[in-house]
Amino acid sequence: MLSFILKRLAVAIPTLLILVVFSYVIMYAAPGGPFDTERTLPPEVMANLEAKFGLDKPLIVQMFNYVWNVVVHFDFGPSYVYKDQTVNDIIAQGFPVTLTYGFWSFVVATVVGMTLGILAAIYHNSWLDYLAVGISIGAQVLPNFVMAPILTLVFTLWLGWLPGGGWQGGQWQYVIMPVIALSTSFMASIARLTRSSMLEVLNANYIRTARAKGLPMRRVIFRHALKPALLPVISYLGPAFVGMITGSVVIDIYFSTGGIGVFFVNSALNRDYSVIMGITILTGALTILFNLVVDILYAWIDPKIRY
Amino acid sequence: MIFGRRTAKSLENADLAPTIEGRSLWADARIRFFRNRAAVAGLVVLILVALFAAFGAYVAPWSNEEVDWSVLGQVDTMGRPSLASGHYFGTDELGRDLFARTVQGTQISLMVGLIAAFIAVIVGTIYGATAGYYGGRIDNFMMRLVDVFMSVPYMFVLILLLVIFGRSILMLFVGIGLISWLDMARIARGQTLSIKNKEFVEAAHAIGVRPSTIIRRHIVPNLLGVVIVYATLLVPNMIIYESFISFLGLGVQEPNTSWGALISEGASQLQYGTLWMLLFPLFFFVITLFAFFFVGDGLRDALDPKDR
Amino acid sequence: MALLEVTDLNVKFETNDGIVSAVNGVTFNVYEGDTLAIVGESGSGKSQTAFAAIGLLARNGHATGSVKWDGQEILNLPEAKLNNIRASEIAMIFQDPMTSLNPFLKVSEQMEEVLTLHRGMSRREARAESVRMLDAVRIPDAAARITMYPHEFSGGMRQRIMIAMSLLCRPRLLIADEPTTALDVTVQAQIMDLLRDIKDEFNTALILITHDLGIVAGACERTMVMYGGRIMERGTTEEVFARPTHPYTLGLLEAVPRLDRREDVLPTIPGEPPDMLKGFPGCPFEPRCPMREPRCATEIPPLERLTDTRVRACHRTPEDVA
Repeated sequence: MLSFILKRLAVAIPTLLILVVFSYVIMYAAPGGPFDTERTLPPEVMANLEAKFGLDKPLIVQMFNYVWNVVVHFDFGPSYVYKDQTVNDIIAQGFPVTLTYGFWSFVVATVVGMTLGILAAIYHNSWLDYLAVGISIGAQVLPNFVMAPILTLVFTLWLGWLPGGGWQGGQWQYVIMPVIALSTSFMASIARLTRSSMLEVLNANYIRTARAKGLPMRRVIFRHALKPALLPVISYLGPAFVGMITGSVVIDIYFSTGGIGVFFVNSALNRDYSVIMGITILTGALTILFNLVVDILYAWIDPKIRY
Repeated sequence: MIFGRRTAKSLENADLAPTIEGRSLWADARIRFFRNRAAVAGLVVLILVALFAAFGAYVAPWSNEEVDWSVLGQVDTMGRPSLASGHYFGTDELGRDLFARTVQGTQISLMVGLIAAFIAVIVGTIYGATAGYYGGRIDNFMMRLVDVFMSVPYMFVLILLLVIFGRSILMLFVGIGLISWLDMARIARGQTLSIKNKEFVEAAHAIGVRPSTIIRRHIVPNLLGVVIVYATLLVPNMIIYESFISFLGLGVQEPNTSWGALISEGASQLQYGTLWMLLFPLFFFVITLFAFFFVGDGLRDALDPKDR
Repeated sequence: MALLEVTDLNVKFETNDGIVSAVNGVTFNVYEGDTLAIVGESGSGKSQTAFAAIGLLARNGHATGSVKWDGQEILNLPEAKLNNIRASEIAMIFQDPMTSLNPFLKVSEQMEEVLTLHRGMSRREARAESVRMLDAVRIPDAAARITMYPHEFSGGMRQRIMIAMSLLCRPRLLIADEPTTALDVTVQAQIMDLLRDIKDEFNTALILITHDLGIVAGACERTMVMYGGRIMERGTTEEVFARPTHPYTLGLLEAVPRLDRREDVLPTIPGEPPDMLKGFPGCPFEPRCPMREPRCATEIPPLERLTDTRVRACHRTPEDVA
């Protein structure tokens, strides 16, 4: 098992490095620097600024310095636009928020999605199955940026039950709508995936064997069918995670949660490269780490995979 | 000895078994598809939406850029959808005709969806088929690379690209298409591998059929079904990506618009009670996605060899 | 009294293309210690007959008629009731040992659960008994290998495990559905030997479902030939092989390769197995039968009793066929 993890890490680390280098090169190649908009700056000030941020050195040196700082000191450097703030400050400010509702969204999507999918498969062609299929078909056309306004319309403007935005240190009223908006479409995908894979497994020969052994249905499903049925779902968790991280940008903006997405979009609009890069690398690292966990989970469940 | 050798010989030519009528794979698929009501309904909706995008502009009394000065400043009362004012879907917050804007948004969203899906399918199929066809070390390397790409949050990279190289529609097409070819590559590879090892391909090899003929007559037709199904399911996802980026204001720029941009505008005006600004674009977005998913599912059921 | 009494069993499947009548009016008995071979081509309904009897039909399948176990009706009983009979009274082994064992569970886990459930044994007792049974089916080093996963065994070994697992509760009837089809020829012989030994040792009745006439002769006392979901004929294996009374049986026997005759062309039965989607107004074998008469296409031949041991369903007389 350990060597399996090490092998995966050996792939993950270069991936991350490629991501860092790639973003850096693109940024360097970009026409215009972060200070171009402030046209009135005299050349000496400009030179000073560039020297301060190390922009006067050759690409390789800049890149090496950057990578070194990121990897060794976990320091993404100063923000070009938010004066007096480092990228680390911004991350520290926004990241916990995003992580909080992201975590709950993930839990809701997987738990509700899997439960719905399993029930639909067990009670195939019953009203429960139709309901689950209906929900999951309906939800796949409701991505986060569609769910968010609909939820606000219903729960804030019509019913007045929930606040339309803000965070307030993560009180539950402020967390509910972001979580539902972010998780709905993934919940639906997970439910669909679980249902179809469970149905397929229930038709497998070894399930017929289990039934021929006179095992009660409960045992057939939970002991014999669940593991194989969940494998495709587990491999979907990686992409789902990426999707949720991406979706959080919409949530942060629409619900003004103050998460990392707001900084990302503002930096994108203001060409604040260091912040964009910091966030891209951070999310990339998280994704890679998460995929590593998923891989290990998969290998742990499937006895045919040798480490 | 009723089944002796001679009898068996003489029976070979006899028409004993009731002739099983042969239907080609595609004819069979067509019959299955048209038996699927949801898929046919989806197809009808898609045709209607396409007609709306193509000819809507001729129906609209207002153009998409014209500002109706008479409603400006009182959009929530004067800008309501009405036949009398010619604003069938009402106006947006700047007094522009929402019907014309929706027509334009539909055109752009559909176009981005189709072109991006096309790019993704072409790149993915070529990449995957190459990996699957050559196999061995090349395959191994190519698919490792796909694994590496898969674990990157692409939307962030795409936004980075859009920011740096300017927010043009072309960039959007290419960018969205290029982040979505990975799944297609995997599917195409898997299919190529399994087709390559099928008995009928080996048999064709064995009797000396030329490789180009094998590819044309055996591999491509068998790959085509999967590619078509995947492409159909890819289009709505491309539309979602585009809308997502436009929702953030990083995609299609004024005076152009798309469903995502319109939904974003509508959503930002919610508290003023001008619901139509959200609901009309949302309606088109939702029915089109539904239609694509139903058609895709219908095609998959029709072409899936597993059910045969 | 018969152990298993199947009377006028019909199985229908609802498919997208229409209703398939897989089994039509099948009637037979199995007695204590009996060995019955059910022989037929694929699609003859032989496996579905067995599945229907112990309620293992696919979801879209529906069975009518009567199946009695020990005099008790068991057809279409609720799962919970059937579960008391399955494995403990009637056990089943399947065609493909590669896919019939759960690849995600250790062999020990899959075997022990049968005993803990039906016999109320503790895990420890169940493990000991499972190992004993694996020894009985001649799996070397069973005590150590029982904790391995199915994919770590060869095909023949897996079928041995399946057999051991089915015998754990000493069932009175073992249904073997094409137990050797997926295996190599040499392994086939070993498995058949094993089944024969087990039948003697445990005095288990056996239903052997197969399309391979070669393995029937040594293993079963009685043989039932099926085609198109119907019984063609039934008798002692000796009778059926020596004096077939049905053109289909004759065709099957002709198609078995033999070492004592020189043949350039192996005779085959011309035509294709029937398309079960279409109903048959007459005998299902009629389109392929070299001895058919006009009425064969329109009238279903009734199952008639020839002797105590023999029944057949054909409009021609036994003398015509022989």
